Amino acid sequence: MTGDLNLVLAIVIPLVGALFIAANDARPNLREGVTLATAGVLFCVVLWVLQQYLSGDRPEATLLEVVPGLPLAFNVEPLGMLFGLVASGLWIVNSIYSIGYMRGGNEQNQTRFYICFAIAISSAMGIAFAENMFTLFVFYEVLTLSTFPLVTHKGTAEARMGGRTYLGILIGTSIGFQLVAIVWTWVLTGTLDFTAGGILAGKVEGSMVPVLLALYMFGIGKAALMPFHRWLPAAMVAPTPVSALLHAVAVVKAGVFTVMKVAIYIFGIDFLADTGAADWLVWVAAFTILAASLVALTKDNLKARLAYSTVSQLSYVTLGAALATGPAVLGGSMQIAMHAVGKITLFFCAGAIYVATHKTEISDMRGLGRAMPFTFAAFFLGAVSIIGLPPMGGSWSKWYLMLGAADAHRQVILVVLAVSSLLNIAYLLPIVARAFFLPPPPEPEAKAAGAAASPRKGGIAEAPLLCVVPLCITAVGCILLFFFADAVYALLEPLVMTGGAVQ
Amino acid sequence: MIGPHLPILQVALPLIAAPVCVLLRFGNLAWLLALLVSWVSFAIAIALLSQTMHGGTIDYFLGDWAPPWGIAYRIDAANAFVLLIVSGISAVVLPYARRSVADEIPAGQRSLFYTCFLLCLSGLLGVTITGDAFNLFVFLEISSLSTYILVAMGAGRDRRALTSAYTYLVMGTLGATFYVIGLGLIYMMTGTLNMADIAARLQELGGNRTVHVAYAFIVVGIGLKLAMFPLHTWLPNAYTFAPSAVTAFLASTATKVAVYVLLRFLLTIFGPTFPLEAQTLTYIFLPLALIAMFAGSTVAIFQINLKRMLAYSSIAQIGYMLLGISFGNLTGVTATVIHLFNHALMKGALFMALGCVILRLERASIESVRGLGQAMPWTMAAFVAGGLSLIGVPLTAGFISKWYLVSGALEAGWWPVAILIVASSLLAVIYIWRVVEVAYFSPAPEGRPPVTEAPLGMLLPVWVLVAANVYFGINADLTVDIAEEAALALLGGGS
Repeated sequence: MTGDLNLVLAIVIPLVGALFIAANDARPNLREGVTLATAGVLFCVVLWVLQQYLSGDRPEATLLEVVPGLPLAFNVEPLGMLFGLVASGLWIVNSIYSIGYMRGGNEQNQTRFYICFAIAISSAMGIAFAENMFTLFVFYEVLTLSTFPLVTHKGTAEARMGGRTYLGILIGTSIGFQLVAIVWTWVLTGTLDFTAGGILAGKVEGSMVPVLLALYMFGIGKAALMPFHRWLPAAMVAPTPVSALLHAVAVVKAGVFTVMKVAIYIFGIDFLADTGAADWLVWVAAFTILAASLVALTKDNLKARLAYSTVSQLSYVTLGAALATGPAVLGGSMQIAMHAVGKITLFFCAGAIYVATHKTEISDMRGLGRAMPFTFAAFFLGAVSIIGLPPMGGSWSKWYLMLGAADAHRQVILVVLAVSSLLNIAYLLPIVARAFFLPPPPEPEAKAAGAAASPRKGGIAEAPLLCVVPLCITAVGCILLFFFADAVYALLEPLVMTGGAVQ
Repeated sequence: MIGPHLPILQVALPLIAAPVCVLLRFGNLAWLLALLVSWVSFAIAIALLSQTMHGGTIDYFLGDWAPPWGIAYRIDAANAFVLLIVSGISAVVLPYARRSVADEIPAGQRSLFYTCFLLCLSGLLGVTITGDAFNLFVFLEISSLSTYILVAMGAGRDRRALTSAYTYLVMGTLGATFYVIGLGLIYMMTGTLNMADIAARLQELGGNRTVHVAYAFIVVGIGLKLAMFPLHTWLPNAYTFAPSAVTAFLASTATKVAVYVLLRFLLTIFGPTFPLEAQTLTYIFLPLALIAMFAGSTVAIFQINLKRMLAYSSIAQIGYMLLGISFGNLTGVTATVIHLFNHALMKGALFMALGCVILRLERASIESVRGLGQAMPWTMAAFVAGGLSLIGVPLTAGFISKWYLVSGALEAGWWPVAILIVASSLLAVIYIWRVVEVAYFSPAPEGRPPVTEAPLGMLLPVWVLVAANVYFGINADLTVDIAEEAALALLGGGS
């Protein structure tokens, strides 16, 4: 091992944390303490990397060389820095929330849950700081495998089916397409390093470029490009903190992050723009955005609706990569962070509602806003951010994507983005409206279900504090991201500069 | 002083120890002797490999008789690597065998078991080390005959072991006979049995109908031995009904040695310039390998008996090895040699894990492993790890094999083949995950007495192989270096 310590620490710390969690199987308080401490330390390490990065250093580390020419190596570039910050920062919030949720719901096998969570975060760090496609792929697969026990956590037949779809699609696409694409790149260029401006220009031409791009884009199943999106709704059987992990912290973000990395550092934005190899991808992404939103409209199960919303929102990132213009790439990359904070808020709310009332269907949530005002207020903020209205962080990513679409002279895409925002309004805001403005249904069986769960008339019956505080934090985060978007912009700007695309 | 004689010691040591085992009578003493011998063999193999890595080839003349008259052993990186695989696996399987054999084989037969095991080891090592084509046949018969007995010893648990051993005997003998017929024709044409001399004479001779016929006989004969599709029919039953330790040993070594012999004949002796070879590779090996990959894996998905499932998986994996040869480029041959090694590691670990299940539950079927994730956590974790390696997940040895195989296909410009390779490995996901789901998500069947974890003596060897799977997946420098050198030695020898 050679290089900067902090990058290696970012990957090792969660693993060490996992060991301590395992050792404290019988002591829940200590175990959860270890989880929180690990999350805190990890975030500090990532901040250390950030500080080093902002001061102009470029930390890098090589762990070992697996086969000659293919090292497990790490370095820092803008996109990875952003993803690392988002994932490690949200892990803290998510851990607090997990404790509230898992205890509130009396879930089984909590130790296994926290161990797998820590391993998943470790692999997310590996993905964020990967210096080459090989390293990224390795951690991508570790992430898939470490989240499988989380998805099937409940162990029911339904969970098993969900896990099957999850693993089948993610492993299937990654080995079936992505691995071929990676080896192909390796055979063509003799390198897999992420290089500014791409490595493929001049090495492959003609009709093979779109084919290779397709192998990559469909191979990154975690980006949930249609038709390989089925795993996301299937994974809804998992406990809510896992859904938050999947949708906001690590898994799907790792997917779209990889999409961006491949577009920027393997193909190169200019190469994509010149060859027009990504033209088809623009349409597939646009189709996914609209189709998934339409499906979301039809779902009554809250988590299922949010899942399809994620499928749709992820394709914004893919769209940003496919448009291959400076602002579009910026917008797509920003979307990684903005969507993360917005969507984790929504999932936290869904989980809080479930813990407090055991309700999962939207039609049952009439009038719930009076009992759970904080939760639904946070849901509202998160929803507005996902829709992309100011003053929420989400508005910036949409803004830059629209600029990018205009830059690329694709007016149709502007229409798609606008229609998508309308659809978002249609499937997200009624949930809040019904909760606040409709009277609660008369529910005789609610009293039987448990006195704590059934609110007194006019009284407040929120989920446990450990569930409510995190979702308030992330909701406030949505607002803060609007005002501090320039920091994100400044962090991401070098992407476009070195990417070479004209702004 | 002993140094120069290592090549003969490699073969002679187990050969001499084998009859001593019969005399020992007691199973445990015989086991101890076998264990010591196989560990020494392993050490010798390491020494030989390090010599060939640094000093090139080793030529050893038996009794100091130079080749045209005497038998020569010729060791280069390729067969030194195979020696290492064979002796290494036996060094891991034997510690495991004590408990497993005590459970599966009647007390009176145990010393005979170790005798046959050592004979088999000696035979396989001899086949690998020799530079004389007829001597190869002799060792092939030694290993095969002892293998038939080893398989038949499974009869204590299941009488079907006898018929499977008999089928194996018939098929194996056919293969050996074909080989000898081919060799006879070669001898007729070249007047020599020394591999290097045959290679040189064939170069001068060029194409010739007799040589073509010899080529066909030899390829088919070895194809039978290595269970090349569609000559694989003996394998599933033999692996299923043999005692657990035997299955683990055979699956990791016997077919590997046969693949090595095929490589040696195709690449070194007949050589890439041999007129028929290009067509054989493209029109026979490539399609057969692809069919084997898909047919083997597909059939594996529907198996109830898990040993049989892994046996069919072996047929698919042999397909990968043949596929690497059929690319006809250096990367392809390297991939084959790497996969020889990695497949030995993964199949060894998987079959040994199943052996632990059999020890506790009498049989390893999809039904019997229900709920074992809780009852036998270490055994099932080893099975999952081996399975991941078989699938080719990164950070396992299987991934390295797949990487080189796909590289080889793309280098040859056969990108549809590259996609087929990864597609077939997804079939492995299905048959491995079927077991994982049942073991971890199904409750234990009603009325099953409580199951305890396998004894440490068996778990430890399993986990040694699991660790090797991970180690050679993370740091493949060593294997890739050796495999590349081996591929060069195989290809370089003929030209």
